Amino acid sequence: MAVELRGITKRFGSFAAVKGVNLQIRAGKVLGLLGENGAGKSTLMNVLCGLYAQTEGEILIDGKPVRFNGPGEAIRAGIGMVHQHFMLIPVFTVAENVVLGVEPTGRFDHLDLDQARAQVREINDSYGLEVDPDALIETLPVGVQQRVEIIKVLFRSADLVIFDEPTAVLTPQEVVEFFEIVRSLRDSGKAIVFITHKLGEIREISDHIAVLRRGEIVGHADHPDAVSEADLAEMMVGRPVSFDVEKNPHKPGAPLLEVADLTVLNENDDIAVDDVSMIVRSGEIVGIAGVQGNGQSALVEALTGLTRVAGGTVLFKGRDITRASARDRHRMGFAHIPEDRQRTGLIPAFTIAENMVLDSYYDDRFSRGPTMLWRVVNQAAAQAVQDFDVRAGSIFDAVSTLSGGNQQKVIVARELSRDTEFLIASQPTRGLDVGSIEYIHSRIAQARDEGDGVLIVSSELDEILALSDRILVMFKGKIVAEFDGATADKSEVGLAMAGRYEGAAA
Amino acid sequence: MNDEPKPAEGLSEAFLKRAAPDRAAMEDLIVVPFFAVVVALLLGALAMLATNVDLATVGRSYVALLVGSVGSFNAISETLTAAIPLTLAGLGIALGFRAGMFNIGAEGQLLIGGMAAVIAGFSFAGLPAVVHVPLVLLVGAMAGGLYAAIAGWLRAATGAHEVITTIMLNLISYRLVDYMLRLDFIQREGRSDPISKSVLGSAELPRILTWLDPNLRLHAGVFLMIAAVIFIHWLLFRTRLGFEFRASGESPDAARYAGMRAGLIIVLAMGMAGALSGLAGANQVSGVLGRASPGFSAGIGFDAIAVALLGRSHPWGVLLAGLLFGALEAGGRQMQVDAGVSIDLISIIQALIIVFIAAPLLVRRLFPWGFRKPAPVAKE
Repeated sequence: MAVELRGITKRFGSFAAVKGVNLQIRAGKVLGLLGENGAGKSTLMNVLCGLYAQTEGEILIDGKPVRFNGPGEAIRAGIGMVHQHFMLIPVFTVAENVVLGVEPTGRFDHLDLDQARAQVREINDSYGLEVDPDALIETLPVGVQQRVEIIKVLFRSADLVIFDEPTAVLTPQEVVEFFEIVRSLRDSGKAIVFITHKLGEIREISDHIAVLRRGEIVGHADHPDAVSEADLAEMMVGRPVSFDVEKNPHKPGAPLLEVADLTVLNENDDIAVDDVSMIVRSGEIVGIAGVQGNGQSALVEALTGLTRVAGGTVLFKGRDITRASARDRHRMGFAHIPEDRQRTGLIPAFTIAENMVLDSYYDDRFSRGPTMLWRVVNQAAAQAVQDFDVRAGSIFDAVSTLSGGNQQKVIVARELSRDTEFLIASQPTRGLDVGSIEYIHSRIAQARDEGDGVLIVSSELDEILALSDRILVMFKGKIVAEFDGATADKSEVGLAMAGRYEGAAA
Repeated sequence: MNDEPKPAEGLSEAFLKRAAPDRAAMEDLIVVPFFAVVVALLLGALAMLATNVDLATVGRSYVALLVGSVGSFNAISETLTAAIPLTLAGLGIALGFRAGMFNIGAEGQLLIGGMAAVIAGFSFAGLPAVVHVPLVLLVGAMAGGLYAAIAGWLRAATGAHEVITTIMLNLISYRLVDYMLRLDFIQREGRSDPISKSVLGSAELPRILTWLDPNLRLHAGVFLMIAAVIFIHWLLFRTRLGFEFRASGESPDAARYAGMRAGLIIVLAMGMAGALSGLAGANQVSGVLGRASPGFSAGIGFDAIAVALLGRSHPWGVLLAGLLFGALEAGGRQMQVDAGVSIDLISIIQALIIVFIAAPLLVRRLFPWGFRKPAPVAKE
């Protein structure tokens, strides 16, 4: 199946999210659609899969113009989309989720699950997906859930499969497996559209790359190998982008945070952090690498005073803070950029100003007696918005109206605009565009140059390698390896993340 | 890259500009409640027609509703008198909503607060009114607050959901009041039915319109109501505690990460909500009833939930909603007298208002004019 978009424009009110886009999507080829958050990638694909009607332009399938009234018609035309946020029912099995809405039924509306299972197996076998049709969705890891979404699309006989930021939720190993699946789909003749803002991935998987910026196609690349990541980044952002984080040479100071034999249990009383010892000095960035779910979240919660410690001690500047509350630590100069900005880092319905003081409202600067000094808060928030380049119209806008990158900048501004001594940043750039990542990395490096101790937890190995002075690898709740940030080898760290590092732990 | 923070004089004033509330917000705040009331009245008329009330009587009853709520000094006095406890308890519910607590227990808190206020009201003979009245109100508020704090504590300590616990505490409060009304030191001398002694004259909230007409029942509780609205508005939007309440209500996880103490906030929010309901109870026994009898709460605690919903959990909205519900109650009594239509119809109309408030989309669909067509929201 060949799909052609001709002069597609989509306006919301006076705002054009997509402007005159021409695209060719061919069978047996992977089209990589690259663009920053807000560039119009998802809007464009939502037009293609029938969720939005285009304001101008036409869609041609095999040369014939088509117009979809709703996603149902697009699906019948053979266009399927795997959304970034999965649409699965957790308490249903794989087979039940796959047939949802198009259930094979026998007499008297009897649900023929046997047939559903057989069809799931058939799709499994043809593309090497290896999903148990009888497994409950809630018991499956994210990577397998994604395969269920793929099976759903294939079950509805899609010839064009659109993946919207598919690797955002995957671990490095899962990404490798996912690319295998994409290749087998392509080789069987499906047309694939791969939406992403990750430069390395798009070069690896695409046969053809189109770059979208502010709703317009600003560049093409027919031979992904022939363009460099820097060229792609420049096309995407509209200016040269630096991948290296500028920072002063590593000059560690006195030990700031000393963790000894720390053990933390999760809510099921299983060991999440197992006897971890480490030191973070002032003026250095320690990166904790690891595949998600190896105890990093529990470690961060324990170090920030959000969860109880089962054993071991935490010293801060020589003082025992093992049982200090989150507020106490905040007073001591802890800054925390939490892993989940929507759920724990921000209150989306609150204004930017309110979010700017979410954890420092108690401070004498912002309150007197029982009352808040909103005038002072607003001034400080406006200053922080300006200093940290948050793109917002007003500090009284709700944070939910900002893009992900700007939301993260609000958190970074809140945490770093006061006098800090120790910064814990968990997945600080997850899901952000290149421009925002560059900016947030520079701010973290700046905090370290000013003498803060910094602990970065990230499942993005590139991020750890770019920022860290020292790298610790966490696997199954333990620190299994330590590397020097300047000399660490990516594949060795990757092996350690998988629990297979044989070298001597430094 | 590492640019220094810009000096303060370079601060762009644009960030400090407050955008005017957009049209959708205004529609939600004003147009939806307005239509909800209109539709509820229309459906109320249909309900009457369907039960063989002729059109003339329907017309008469709505005229009586209007006259009985705002048509005379007496009507306005009755409307305000009915609005006071509804607004006070409604503020309590609204405060709970803001802090993320669904407090169904206003009725019980009101009963316990009223009961404690009655005891304080008939004890302490000889106190001057300037001391006795505040004492009675304070005792009522504290009793209601402590009673509600039980549910708050259960939630904070064990995770027991406040909807369940407050409903159970309501049931306990009914029987507790019945039991207490037969205790020797509470029951009125010479009576065998459960009824309390009357509060002393010095413990009664003074009537404030008797200079106009000695029969006007409006009492000083109306000032208490206004003061409570102002206080809660200040608390929610101007204080640290209010910020903590609102943060916990919007996102308990984010509040916890920000170092707020969730358990304490829950107990405090429930306690303050209960204190407002207790105050409503004290207001009733001290300003209107003069004594306690079984079920003297008369469902005010449940109507208050509707008031808080209609008022969108905003203190001034709660005041307006309380006044509307007070007017419906006062007018409903007139309606019963003039047109012979049961006051139950008023309950139906109140319930319908809430149905439409809770379903703004339904109202938008029924009345497409008055609303702008919802623009599709850009995703990404």
